[in-house]
Amino acid sequence: MKQNAAQSSGQSQSQGQSSSIPGYDEMLEADGSVRPAYAGYKQWLDAQAPGLLKRKGIEAEAFFRRTGITFNVYGAADAEERLIPFDSVPRIITAQQWRKLSRGIDQRVRALNAFLHDLYHRQEIVRAGRVPERLLRDNAAYLAQMAGFTPPGGVYTHIVGVDLVRTGEDDFMVLEDNARTPSGVSYMLENRETMMAMFPELFTRVRVRDVSDYPRRLARSLAACAPPAFSGDKPTVAVLTPGIHNSAYYEHAFLADQMGAELVEGSDLKVTGGRVAMRTTRGWQPVDVIYRRVDDEYLDPLSFNPNSVLGVAGIMDVYRAGGITIANAPGTGISDDKAIYSFMPEIVEFYTGEKPILANVPTWRCSEPDALAYVMEHLAELVVKEVHGSGGYGMLIGPTSSKKEIAAFSAKLLARPDNYIAQPTLALSTVPIFTKAGLAPRHVDLRPYVLVSPHGIDITPGGLTRVALKKGSLVVNSSQGGGTKDSWVLDD
Amino acid sequence: MLGRSANGIFWLFRYLERAENTARLIEAGFRMALTRDSGAAGEEWGSVLTTLGMRAAYAARHGDDVTGHQVFNFLLRDRDNPASVLAMIELARTNARMVRTGITREVWESVNESWMILRDLLARPVAETRLGLVLDAIRRQATLVRGAMEGTMLRNDIYDFAGIGTFVERADNTARILDVKYYVLLPSLSAVGTSLDNVQWENVLRSVAGERAYRWLNAGQMDPRGIASFLILDRRFPRSLAFCYAELSGHMAYLAHAYGFETEAHEILRAKDERLAGLNIETIFDQGLHQFIGEFLACNHRLAQQIQRDYRFVE
Repeated sequence: MKQNAAQSSGQSQSQGQSSSIPGYDEMLEADGSVRPAYAGYKQWLDAQAPGLLKRKGIEAEAFFRRTGITFNVYGAADAEERLIPFDSVPRIITAQQWRKLSRGIDQRVRALNAFLHDLYHRQEIVRAGRVPERLLRDNAAYLAQMAGFTPPGGVYTHIVGVDLVRTGEDDFMVLEDNARTPSGVSYMLENRETMMAMFPELFTRVRVRDVSDYPRRLARSLAACAPPAFSGDKPTVAVLTPGIHNSAYYEHAFLADQMGAELVEGSDLKVTGGRVAMRTTRGWQPVDVIYRRVDDEYLDPLSFNPNSVLGVAGIMDVYRAGGITIANAPGTGISDDKAIYSFMPEIVEFYTGEKPILANVPTWRCSEPDALAYVMEHLAELVVKEVHGSGGYGMLIGPTSSKKEIAAFSAKLLARPDNYIAQPTLALSTVPIFTKAGLAPRHVDLRPYVLVSPHGIDITPGGLTRVALKKGSLVVNSSQGGGTKDSWVLDD
Repeated sequence: MLGRSANGIFWLFRYLERAENTARLIEAGFRMALTRDSGAAGEEWGSVLTTLGMRAAYAARHGDDVTGHQVFNFLLRDRDNPASVLAMIELARTNARMVRTGITREVWESVNESWMILRDLLARPVAETRLGLVLDAIRRQATLVRGAMEGTMLRNDIYDFAGIGTFVERADNTARILDVKYYVLLPSLSAVGTSLDNVQWENVLRSVAGERAYRWLNAGQMDPRGIASFLILDRRFPRSLAFCYAELSGHMAYLAHAYGFETEAHEILRAKDERLAGLNIETIFDQGLHQFIGEFLACNHRLAQQIQRDYRFVE
């Protein structure tokens, strides 16, 4: 299940501990002076009484526990609900940096949608020889049920999370596109609420762009994609959750609550009269737009996994007949596949006619003999990932692996080279966190949230910053000692 | 609103009500046991178990050995007891998480906080010296949730289903106490005027938090008929059967108004409420208190079932 903010893309960056990689320090110059982005914050911080951050950190944890912002850990009965650690030092991006980033994100997300439309229609990009056909054939993320069908409003990815890493002043790269059901946006919102509650005066000194209207924008964006069968003045939007045991349940409830939408489970829904309806206390009521936080595979037992009880039997037929909008559209996973990822620069160029503004992380496709030869020679420096893998399984982190592990992995790689890609071990940028010994730099990534509707692309300024709390660690994954930070985009 | 949400909110408030009532029963049992010899104390704890319908479950765990410490720990925190206060608070919280979008942040936080506090308080066996503290916390948390509910919730169908859960449960609880203790209230079977009677009567009132109100209304005079009348028919007392049914009627009327239709449950309720209104304590005693209570409990159960069906709580 590619569901959990905390647990998805961080794993693809699970490059282990390697304290030898210093990384670009986002707050401080090499000579220890403060970079412009952090000038206002650092000035405020230096004027605070010692012990303030520690005290506020304890307050924040109590606040999170009381509000129930937790994520569930599968199979851990006693520790079923855990907090993702929150660090109170913000991650700050200047207005100028953000302008460039958002142009790049906008371009990339436009390309993703055009790519999806093309894949499920004429496949021009394959005909043009820019993406090999074999990547689509036998790819479980490609859904034949979507072929020839255009979702309402032409939107495939209503919500996208673009995972960015930074290696220098102007060097932002896309590590991964999340075009299925990206999560973590509730942390973006709650982190800001927490910061404003803890340090209200800070926000009067530093002008930070607001993120709090994300749920409203999401609701508006979803409503703009109402299906042909909708009539009336306000589409009924529902959030479909696998239920309270899902790791991201808090977020599902949070978003439904903030949008004023119903939070439904598969058992609340059925297909009746050509529509998907929910069981209400007044009877069955049609749903127009369903924001599903259930994977494709579980969406419809009649079309996909027959054992699924999380979805709605027959929803795909209703969908294809224009009776409901499903967000994100089924089958979008084909666009954020790791093998496809390496083609993103070509994809962006093919559909937008422009050079990509945001770079990819350099990627070797082991299916190509030259690339394979290079990878085999440099295994000790590289990160090698399974093309369809997720959850950090089946990968090799060269710098932290033993000779024996590398030898064992190279045998697997040679047996099925087209199942792997390789990337350099990146020196991720760092932002300080608060530790017992004071501020200390830690590696971070950034996931901005992007909304797509027929009216255009809407990027919330900032996003979710995940931080590896262990010294030297590059793993920002919350299940492996990662935390989160409030992410600021400065106002001009 | 979703049928499943109506079910969740209904049970959230049933569990909270039951947890609070269990605490009150334990408190009354504890006081009673303190004032009597050990044989009579055991009997008293036995009747607490019977009232809660947990005699068999307790016997399966502890056999015939009915002692205060064992009984209240069983009722408060025993992992083998699915209806312990701790289990009910957990269930209440699970239901609150499920209907998180239907309740305000204040209501959710008060339920979540109740669970965190009681989980900590009940992490170890409760000694008699700590019992008062624990019972206080249960009552205080229930009050907090109720306050958050009254102060922040929109008066819509969600609020009505919460009220229905509360008063179905409360009526059931008061009726059960009367059912187990009815013999105490029958004048023919008691040595009228002895101090033991006074203690018994006061204890029945205490287990529904009604001792002060009753004394105040009756200038300190205890009499069994008056107590029975108070608990069954006095619409001013918030734990009487008549009060609970007046509240239920109000919530059901709001639902009928908001939805534009009545259901079978409305008919059951109207019949019962009219019957309660036409009764006086003499007719109840003539009919037989025990039989009256038995019929009331059955009808209350039927009403709850019908509401769950009429409003599609489950598929």
